Amino acid sequence: MGSYSTNEFRGGLKIMLDNDPYVIVENDIVKPGKGQAFNRVKVRNLKTGRVIDRTFKSGESVEGADVMETEMQYLYSDGEFWHFMDPESYEQIAASEAAVSDSMKWLKEQDTYTVTLWNGSPLTVVPPNFVELAVTDTDPGLKGDTSGSGGKPATLETGAVVRVPLFIQIGEVIKADTRTSEYVSRVKG
Amino acid sequence: MEQSGSGQWRPVADIDNMRVRAWMLSRIRDYFSLHSVLEVETPVLSHAGNPDVQIESFVSHYAGPGGERELYLQTSPEFAMKRLLAAGTGSIYQICKCFRNADNSRLHNPEFTMLEWYQTGFDHHQLMTDVESMLKHLGACAQETAIPRFTYQQLFETYAGFDPHLLSVEQLEQEIARLQINFHVNKGADETVGLGLDRDQCLDLILTHVIEPQLQDKGLIFVYDYPASQASLARIRPGNPAVAERFELFANGVELANGFNELTDKAEQQQRFDRDVEVRSANKQDKILPDQYLIDALDAGLAPCAGVALGLDRLLMFMTAKASLTEVLAFPFARA
Repeated sequence: MGSYSTNEFRGGLKIMLDNDPYVIVENDIVKPGKGQAFNRVKVRNLKTGRVIDRTFKSGESVEGADVMETEMQYLYSDGEFWHFMDPESYEQIAASEAAVSDSMKWLKEQDTYTVTLWNGSPLTVVPPNFVELAVTDTDPGLKGDTSGSGGKPATLETGAVVRVPLFIQIGEVIKADTRTSEYVSRVKG
Repeated sequence: MEQSGSGQWRPVADIDNMRVRAWMLSRIRDYFSLHSVLEVETPVLSHAGNPDVQIESFVSHYAGPGGERELYLQTSPEFAMKRLLAAGTGSIYQICKCFRNADNSRLHNPEFTMLEWYQTGFDHHQLMTDVESMLKHLGACAQETAIPRFTYQQLFETYAGFDPHLLSVEQLEQEIARLQINFHVNKGADETVGLGLDRDQCLDLILTHVIEPQLQDKGLIFVYDYPASQASLARIRPGNPAVAERFELFANGVELANGFNELTDKAEQQQRFDRDVEVRSANKQDKILPDQYLIDALDAGLAPCAGVALGLDRLLMFMTAKASLTEVLAFPFARA
């Protein structure tokens, strides 16, 4: 992996800091007219998601992080690892619990997820913004209530729990927003 | 360059803003005309560049009668204007484009408009007063209130809690840690070095990260009497500590102007140029030879004067309450 000069800094650039991979979120240059210029950046740790401030002396170089995003199919979990496959090369990789912790409740076998790889191993697994999943458990609720007011918890086939309108029944497929864990609509079967 | 049909041909600044700019320029000319300061023009392209370590020049290539050579786009009209002063023009001003390579940010455009003027017989305090009355002529600040003036020391004591003249590099590094500036240390072979910054770089880090943000709602402020190590082309006043008779004007924490009680001593000017050339060479920056015409002009004699350079795009930003330079430029760098 090469290195980047501060002149190449921009949002989205992946760099190594303190042995962790980071992505630049914001890059601001401050420069006194007769003085030293600095790049004042906000960076997100790709392992923890934490955003921190960092200041670089302009003109210095930083090592790039070998990070790439790829679309992969979820196969199965053996309890310790979560296995994914590249649908083109059929190459398989195993993600640790840390990598899937945020997305575990949305993982459905055969579906496709965005896997971020660092030096070839998975850092994070992100589900699509919207998923369609079957309800496996919810209170029967009130027959005939179609107003959508109120709501009740429903467990989906992957384990995620979202609040759904009272008229949603077990076995129905709903569309959910994975970023907010909110119900979007009923999917007509 | 963006693809065609993307609307990138359009100006960024709105047309009302262009009208304010035109009005501002006419008021500036009106002010100097009232005060009998002569408007001058000097070359934008020169055989000599600016060896200032913090500034990079654009270099152009001349190919025509007289022989091919490299020419520099001016980073400021200072050298040529001092040659005019040495020739006896009296007080002069100029509105011109300046060019600085690599300066490109929310507050920097590689090409920008400068207002630079020199008042003969003035010191830096009298020139601050002149800057203030010019800004009042433009309506850039209230008539009845004076723009506050802080020494560089008072500025640091007020907003960072220490005297900038007294501390060593090690003590400044402790201040940087105390002020929670998250500075990236390039871990090289030498593990013993601290942040890898010298005194002035430490002070610049604190100024830009701790002090300027606190000035964001403070309007206009003058800062004067800089550390002697940041003299640039200002006179140094001996004392304990010795200070550079230099001032800056800040508008809501953004540098608007930089002024000097001008260095007129030829030998010292030559020394400062030599030091810049040495540091540039050590930094592996482009080699830029100092302007011999300026040295010769100082040799002929430059009468005591004070001079200031004021960034007009930034002034317009301040007057029209815009957050970035691009909003006051018809065609900022990305659309130039």
